[in-house]
Amino acid sequence: MAEGEPAAERTRSSRRVARVLGRGFALHLKMMMRSSFDGLLGVLWPLFFATIAFLMFRAGAGGESLVFASFGAAVMGIWSSTSTSAGSAMQRERWHGTLELLVSAPVHFATVLLPVTVAMSAMGLYSMVATLLISRFAFGVDLPFEHPVAFGFAVVATVVSIGAMGFLLAVSFVRYRTAWALGNLLEYPVWLIAGFLVPLTLLPGWVRPISWLLAPTWGVDAIRDAASGSSAWPEIALALGLGAVYLTIGIAVLETVLASARRAGSLALA
Amino acid sequence: MPPVVEAIDLHRTYRTTTGTFRRRSLEVEAVRGVSFAIEEGELFGLLGPNGAGKTTTIKMLITLLIPTSGQARVLGRDVVEDARWVRERIGYVFGGDRGLYERLSALDNLRYFAELYGVEPGRQRARIGELLELVGLQGREKERVEGYSRGMRQRLHIARGLLHDPPVIFLDEPTIGVDPVGARELRKTIFGLKEAGKTVLLTTHYMFEADALCDRIAVVTRGKIVAEGTPRDLKDQVSDGVVVEIEVYGIENGKVESLRGIDGVTSVAVEDRDQAQVVVVQAEVGREPTHDVLARLDGVSLGRVTTREPTLEDAYVALVTEEPVAADG
Repeated sequence: MAEGEPAAERTRSSRRVARVLGRGFALHLKMMMRSSFDGLLGVLWPLFFATIAFLMFRAGAGGESLVFASFGAAVMGIWSSTSTSAGSAMQRERWHGTLELLVSAPVHFATVLLPVTVAMSAMGLYSMVATLLISRFAFGVDLPFEHPVAFGFAVVATVVSIGAMGFLLAVSFVRYRTAWALGNLLEYPVWLIAGFLVPLTLLPGWVRPISWLLAPTWGVDAIRDAASGSSAWPEIALALGLGAVYLTIGIAVLETVLASARRAGSLALA
Repeated sequence: MPPVVEAIDLHRTYRTTTGTFRRRSLEVEAVRGVSFAIEEGELFGLLGPNGAGKTTTIKMLITLLIPTSGQARVLGRDVVEDARWVRERIGYVFGGDRGLYERLSALDNLRYFAELYGVEPGRQRARIGELLELVGLQGREKERVEGYSRGMRQRLHIARGLLHDPPVIFLDEPTIGVDPVGARELRKTIFGLKEAGKTVLLTTHYMFEADALCDRIAVVTRGKIVAEGTPRDLKDQVSDGVVVEIEVYGIENGKVESLRGIDGVTSVAVEDRDQAQVVVVQAEVGREPTHDVLARLDGVSLGRVTTREPTLEDAYVALVTEEPVAADG
């Protein structure tokens, strides 16, 4: 009995974490879907991304390059949604006056924060689908889907790993009120460095190690490989692995960041 | 038995900056040595004007701010060392419009916080139902919060703070901005918490509210407790003496300050009433300051002058308007 108790306690605790994550994800997704501003961006972004990709590559090589760019543009939506919204989400919690309530809840703050950023990348998923549809039907790009199962896994791995990257960013937003600008600042460089629109081989050699550390690089690679018929599993594993690393770092520094915010009194300031 | 809530010489300093180009760092002492103890089942009031340090004190007690120095304990545990343990056993409700997800329904809000506060899944539905009934929101729970009145939001706040049935509840100005009828309903709910055996810390800047609800009151001003006791004790402090009220039309600060120098005057305050201002002068028992006051107001356009006995409100005003002593800086 005595030995069973810690195990039962662990199970109870894991179930609770799973419920907090699930409820948080559903709540934030619901909230974002009800925002007319987010809705408008959801309509505009895919149009914008698909048009950029199409115009850039139609003028150049066309054919395979258009397919390359269409998938890249599709992942741009997930990344843009997460990078720009992760910061504003924390700022929004400050404006709503809910940040303090969330911090004072008796759960690890990571279980509160993670569903917010994953919900954002999931919203980006809509942008991805819309971008692909626009590429296909508005611009007539013939998109292949050779390995649908791997393609599905690649998309999920990309969403989750970008969500984890957003989580790492959001950790800093909890402490520093102006850090949301960092998210906006990172939006465009990552488009380039992660190879969304330009193959990494065209970038200077010193950029490549940075690209390898970014989960979106492997996510978009996995999506392209699965679509074109190559094996995508190593890239899927790398995207998920990097996502796990971001999460571990974020969770490790979160308590320190929160203690610093409680010392500085920055949780309530809008 | 140790107190349920204990503040021991709490201090809290904030750093802030001034200036745009030539920035200067400033230290603001929001709380300067606050100590008090609340016993089990007691409804304790922290009373003071805006900016007195009430909210900062409460935020240290609920683990949101780390004290610059001093110690705070809830149910015998240190709020810095055992923050998680303390959080599981306290409820926090603040006043005003914020603290809710506007685009979601009351039910969505309560479900999410029930999860965060570890309410057992099988118990959530019943608990939320009980609380909606307690705060009078049953039937409205599926509406979006953005359509709620200030009073409804405040009641939803209270329901949220009670989800996990905490033994200790912190209420930070819960009736602020609520209309008189709504505020009365809220006070009834707060009194119900005390009757249910909860230990409650209430902050307010309404004297009558503290008087009506609290077993004991601490008056806070400029980050310090200047008086503590039962409402009766505080009333007794001013049961003697006299208050002179003079209606004036435009008075300079220098004139007001000069009244403080009159022998026997214990406090001077200026209140705005309609077109005029009213200078309220309190004096010690046996003094009749009217003549001296009028002499010093020479040249000021005067209206009605009345003399009356002091009330509890006067005690409060006297406490929070007293000049800081030099040692306080």
